[in-house]
Amino acid sequence: MDYAATTPVDPRVLKVMLPYFSKKFGNSMSLYSLGREAKKALEDSREKIANLINANSNEIIFTGSATESNNLAIKGVAFANREKGKHIIVSSIEDHCILNSVEWLKKQGFEVTYLKVDKFGMVDLNELENSIRKDTILVSVMHANNEIGTIEPIKEIGEICKEHGVYFHTDAAQSFGKILVDVEKFNVDLLTASSHKIYGPKGVGCLFVREGIKIEPLLHGGGHEFGLRSSTVNVAGIVGFAEAAEIAKKEMKREGKRLEKLRRKLEKGILKIENSHLNGHPEKRLPNISNFWFDFIEGEALVMYLDQKGIAASTGSACSSESLEPSHVLLAIGLKPHQAQGSLRLSIGRFTKDKEVNYVLKVLPEVVEKLRKISPFKGKWS
Amino acid sequence: MKKEFFPYPEEIIKHFKNPKGLGKLKNADAVGKAGNILCGDTLWCYIKVSEKKGKEIIKDIKMEVFGCLVAIGISSLLTQMVKGKTIDEVLEIKKEDILKKTGPLPPIKVHCSVLALDALHEAIYNYFLKKGKKVPDKLNKIHERVIKTLKEIEKRHREFLKLEEKLR
Repeated sequence: MDYAATTPVDPRVLKVMLPYFSKKFGNSMSLYSLGREAKKALEDSREKIANLINANSNEIIFTGSATESNNLAIKGVAFANREKGKHIIVSSIEDHCILNSVEWLKKQGFEVTYLKVDKFGMVDLNELENSIRKDTILVSVMHANNEIGTIEPIKEIGEICKEHGVYFHTDAAQSFGKILVDVEKFNVDLLTASSHKIYGPKGVGCLFVREGIKIEPLLHGGGHEFGLRSSTVNVAGIVGFAEAAEIAKKEMKREGKRLEKLRRKLEKGILKIENSHLNGHPEKRLPNISNFWFDFIEGEALVMYLDQKGIAASTGSACSSESLEPSHVLLAIGLKPHQAQGSLRLSIGRFTKDKEVNYVLKVLPEVVEKLRKISPFKGKWS
Repeated sequence: MKKEFFPYPEEIIKHFKNPKGLGKLKNADAVGKAGNILCGDTLWCYIKVSEKKGKEIIKDIKMEVFGCLVAIGISSLLTQMVKGKTIDEVLEIKKEDILKKTGPLPPIKVHCSVLALDALHEAIYNYFLKKGKKVPDKLNKIHERVIKTLKEIEKRHREFLKLEEKLR
């Protein structure tokens, strides 16, 4: 029930990866046949990913993770365009890798505007347009939020950015492979995607960089990936990523419908629990993510008792974070800290069956009840 | 059983999996409340006191917890540590005594042990007040600190609400 955190490698993906660990282990930079074989696998994978998002293959940069892709997008664009300006706009519910990147850039003299979101987690297009200044160089708004699943109006944001001549980056780590991602349709200049969220291996991501975009590399070296990401290429991982992306695309329509149906059943059942609430947008949401909050109980304890029952889930509670601060996403959509304390994210995926949803619907109310029994707050906060 | 990895001591996990002494105590002689400014965990402690050979003994104790795994584990452990002890003995318990029983906690979770102890000492403080007895100096000091902490939580909460209004 935590597919939004990570997913197992699909057996079909593993099968195409395996030869690249042993027999086809070549370095894509080597001139001899083993190296050329690796190079071909790399370029074929690039082509596959490019086709899936309606890009050209020379616009795909493979990286080591979505975090790295986001760092490259934000810092790479900032440093390459600082003569044009020093202003960056991001939403307040971005992943930490975006937020911490722009925080770091602030120390280097850049200025950052954070866009607020409404109670469903949607950014306001008027606020975005009003925030764009003469010296704005980049807007970064995620495609779909990782905690509450809300899908942002990416196409409209892209149009606004295009009109104002500002680069637009979107973090599609959660949405890629689950809903349509099309860089032409969405008017995006840079886009982050991840492998391990779509049944591919961990340690692989990519960044789409539209041709002509000015961007600096973070890693300097042998000039791999069009000079934007030097490092010996992780061929096996990339081959797996491309295979995973193709499978996801092929099965997207049917799988999306199946997941949405399961998710709705899950939500309907869970919201029968007294004093339980749904977070995120009721309609514009990924098919696989649900986020709730339960009054009067704390999320880390909830997650750990669910773990005892064999259910993996996650929470935005302060107790579970290293900083002792509740989830910035839940606070941004207007939850009070004590409400965010009782939050629970359930995310389903390819191997979730009806049986598992039924099990959660049986166990979760019992665990919530158990925690409420020992809570000092009974039916009201006082 | 397969050995699992937890970032917390085994003793805490044991109590978390099978908590004792948690919930509400009916007919309690006194109640103590404690909260923490950092994470908003809240603990209430109920005690029942009886006299035996001129000494006051914690006959029964229960705790209610709005908090994480460690807060639940420590509360359960503390109720077992305290039951049957005299009030004098209980007032001597320090956070180090709890940590000795549990083993080292991640630094970020040490405040959970302070919190449970605060709730217990507050309950004893309230017991003294209720009985019209003189409160020992040491207990007065603990009480002052707990009240100050609670006020800080409230202040922080009010500031948070103000900030929120400003943002909207």
